[in-house]
Amino acid sequence: MADVTITVDGKKLTVPAGTLLIEACKSTGIEVPSFCYYPGLSLQGACRMCLVEVEKMPKLQTACTTPVAEGMVVTTESEKIKQARKAMLELVLANHPLDCPVCDAGGECELQDMTFKYGAAESKFMDLKNHRDEQQWSPVVYFDRPRCILCYRCIRVCGEGMDVWALGVQNRGTSSIIAPNKEDHLECEECGMCIDICPVGALTSGAYRYKTRPWEMKHVGTVCTHCGDGCKTTLGVRRADTGMEIVRGDNRDKSGINGDFLCIKGRYAFDFAHSGDRIQQPLIKHEGKFVAATWEQALDRIASRFKQVLASDGPTAVGIIGSNRTSNEENYLLQKFARLVLSTNNIDHHRTADFPAFASALAGKADATASMRDVFDAPAILLIGNNPTDQHPLLAWQIRTNVRLHRAKLYVVNSYPIKLRRQAAAFAQIAPGSEGSLVQFLAGNDAAADAAVTPQLSREALSQLREALKNEKDLVVIFGSELRGNDVTALINFGLAQGAKFICLGDYANSRGAADMGLYPDMLPGYAPVTSATSFHEDWVDEIPTSPGLNLLQMMDAAKEGKLKALYVVGSNPIARYNVDPFALSKAFVVVQDMFLTETASIADVVLPIANAYEKGGTFTNTCGDVQMLKKAGEFAGVRNDFECIVRIADRMGYDVHKLVPFGGGGTRADMGQSRGAQSGEADRHAVWLAERNLEPKMSPYDPTAMLDEIQRLVPGYDISRLGLLSGHDEHTQLVQITRATGSGHPELVLPSNDTLFTSGTLGRYSPTLNSVMERYAAKPADKEIAAD
Amino acid sequence: MKFSDQLEQRFSTMVTHYPTKRSVLVPMLLYIQDEVGALTDEAIHEIAQRTELSDLEVRNVISYYSMLRTRPVGKYNFQVCTNVSCLLRGADDIFEHCKKKLGIGNKESTPDGLFLLEEVECIGACSWAPALMMNYEFHENLTPAKIDELIDGLKKKEEQ
Ligand code: SF4
Ligand code: SF4
Ligand code: SF4
Ligand code: FES
Ligand code: FES
Repeated sequence: MADVTITVDGKKLTVPAGTLLIEACKSTGIEVPSFCYYPGLSLQGACRMCLVEVEKMPKLQTACTTPVAEGMVVTTESEKIKQARKAMLELVLANHPLDCPVCDAGGECELQDMTFKYGAAESKFMDLKNHRDEQQWSPVVYFDRPRCILCYRCIRVCGEGMDVWALGVQNRGTSSIIAPNKEDHLECEECGMCIDICPVGALTSGAYRYKTRPWEMKHVGTVCTHCGDGCKTTLGVRRADTGMEIVRGDNRDKSGINGDFLCIKGRYAFDFAHSGDRIQQPLIKHEGKFVAATWEQALDRIASRFKQVLASDGPTAVGIIGSNRTSNEENYLLQKFARLVLSTNNIDHHRTADFPAFASALAGKADATASMRDVFDAPAILLIGNNPTDQHPLLAWQIRTNVRLHRAKLYVVNSYPIKLRRQAAAFAQIAPGSEGSLVQFLAGNDAAADAAVTPQLSREALSQLREALKNEKDLVVIFGSELRGNDVTALINFGLAQGAKFICLGDYANSRGAADMGLYPDMLPGYAPVTSATSFHEDWVDEIPTSPGLNLLQMMDAAKEGKLKALYVVGSNPIARYNVDPFALSKAFVVVQDMFLTETASIADVVLPIANAYEKGGTFTNTCGDVQMLKKAGEFAGVRNDFECIVRIADRMGYDVHKLVPFGGGGTRADMGQSRGAQSGEADRHAVWLAERNLEPKMSPYDPTAMLDEIQRLVPGYDISRLGLLSGHDEHTQLVQITRATGSGHPELVLPSNDTLFTSGTLGRYSPTLNSVMERYAAKPADKEIAAD
Repeated sequence: MKFSDQLEQRFSTMVTHYPTKRSVLVPMLLYIQDEVGALTDEAIHEIAQRTELSDLEVRNVISYYSMLRTRPVGKYNFQVCTNVSCLLRGADDIFEHCKKKLGIGNKESTPDGLFLLEEVECIGACSWAPALMMNYEFHENLTPAKIDELIDGLKKKEEQ
């Protein structure tokens, strides 16, 4: 759009035509106060706080609804404006309880700030205030009606933003009230968006209300540990008996890929961290019962048993199962530990998507993966399978917002009428299980349509869909775990022909990271086959075993047959997830690192109590390939992080940890006087790499950033901006440098988590909030609570 | 929920008058109220379905308008205007008189369910203030005597 030039408070500025005056002012650093205006939501013009003077216009104008016009001369501060704003505040305060000392929003309330600024504290109204007790609308949402200033932000964010439409306004004028959809309670997605968008303390959360004062918390920006989308979340922490307790989660600073979006899990399901079920001491099984042990005892037991098994039965008798929720550094370290310390390729994890097939189909293709940010402004999106509203809430939000604000064209293909069909320009409900056939049809195999059509969905409709898609430029193609193996390849070939970008959906916070970091029996980091010569072979001091190892299910079978004698499970619960008979593991020596006594931990011989992702540093890679930094927020007495445990076990097994983690002065090679064929006498590559990037060598083997250095140096695609990462930005990795990926993803091993909005694998079971929400929805109809009127 | 044939007929033609379905909401609510006596939960749900709105949205609209109600009203619904023009011409006394005469307060109905009394904002009859609306009938230039006459007349009609 053409630009227009306006004058604000004597400053000339040029902005695109159509810009709202309030945004134009903001762009030049002038803050116009507002309550009801919220960027990205429809305009309301309800609160009249944003009144400004515009030359030649008779009355004060609302800056939030006035688009700029050429030559406009605007004044944002004057005696007249001040009086007007003050008067508006007096009206707002007329029935406001002013219970700031006990209000959750006290200290970070927009009404407090305005009142402070305009000095409208004196009340001219002598009438009794209209009181109404606080109401609980859902396990998550509480409403304190008298505090409400009727800005309608909550209604708009719930309707327009979430597409839930659970809040409305009843009556009119001064007697208007915000009302929930089920008369006296809410039935909704429990995301808490309405609560955090409320400028005052009218909507409060069950998790945080009356718990603390905002200034008593320390705020740490880190990454959500639930689904694979990678929302930034700001955790408010406070001292508690057990360490630092997380009391609040939000993203009010709108940093990160998610802006201010968080779903219930990111916003409230941090409470597993302080669940009473957490293990606080290492446990060693003694005559069938767990006995508390010291760290020394536990680590000694683990190291000596691992060594024993290696000595008696060799490396094929040990195996490792890694996690979807441990950091990239931990995953990388774990597979390095497997391959170098245990000399085995018996390592796997719970796979929720066929990332190897994805990587191999994209090998060598530049710029072919889409980031979470791309979903927000792509002109067209094709979504095949999955139900993002439940399984990838941020992705669903990005898609909805893109359709709403940028009129993106959304094509949905699914065997169920998923909620996102409401935003779709075209929705094809294909026959159950026919996602693969549909893709083959898109790729040009006309006969494949037979399997996808239904009485409601004709062949013609599918042909039209294919034609429409072929005409979409800059298409982003998103697909769920319904597509695996050859179907992934077919889809990618179809999309690449027209320059599309792709997202492959994996389920957990670091599922993609686990895959990228090589938690596979046949693949090293970057999906490189263990059988080929890679930079890891050149770089690591010890030999990498060349034959592929056992996958997760094969390990379980081997254990049952007594061939696998030791199993090291890091942050995973294979017994419950893969429905393994616990007796299968009864003969093996099992070590589990976890927060809780899960089904797998309870049959272990040694259990180590572990810190979760909110309690440590590191990086996560979301399902799109965006890498972000974790920051330590919470703290829980007695636990250690997985990284430290792995290093310690290696150390106790007598392995030189320098060969595992590049720390202390040089890197892994030069300072150890190793000389081996081609590389002998070569400079320390790690040190050179660090120096080139102005990075310091790390001084401790327990410092995960030392591992990140190596990851960035060696793992294809991960040479991203460290500065960006450190400043809390998300850095998109490209699979382009991957050229050797094998694509042997073993589609049959992919097991989707099928989480809903209110579940989160094993972890979710330990969240009181998620449990209470699930109980609530299971126990419908809910009991009568305080009526809404 | 099914409405009378006449109302169903009306609905199907009315829907075609507007570009979006939801636009038919307010007139339909009025007709339903007249037919059913009130906008019951069932009626709200029905009209929400037909207009592709949520129940909540329909309730929002109902609560906005004082002429739409969710509870059954009296057979004779007295809406007495007490807004400025009427006020200047003695609406307060008129309203007080109605209260006394019917023996009920604002927004209350007589035990026999015959009369409902309600104080409302301007009904657009300022030129003939003070005014009231009884169901869809306007009564203007009111005096206490006129009110007695009106109420007594209605009572008598009912007794017959
Ligand atoms: S919690 Fe989310 S879904 Fe529920 S009412 Fe608030 S905004 Fe709407
Ligand atoms: S509850 Fe909060 S967000 Fe909603 S209208 Fe009231 S003040 Fe605004
Ligand atoms: S969408 Fe995913 S990453 Fe974001 S808050 Fe929810 S669970 Fe966490
Ligand atoms: S911010 Fe402009 S009217 Fe509320
Ligand atoms: S003020 Fe009573 S009809 Fe207008």
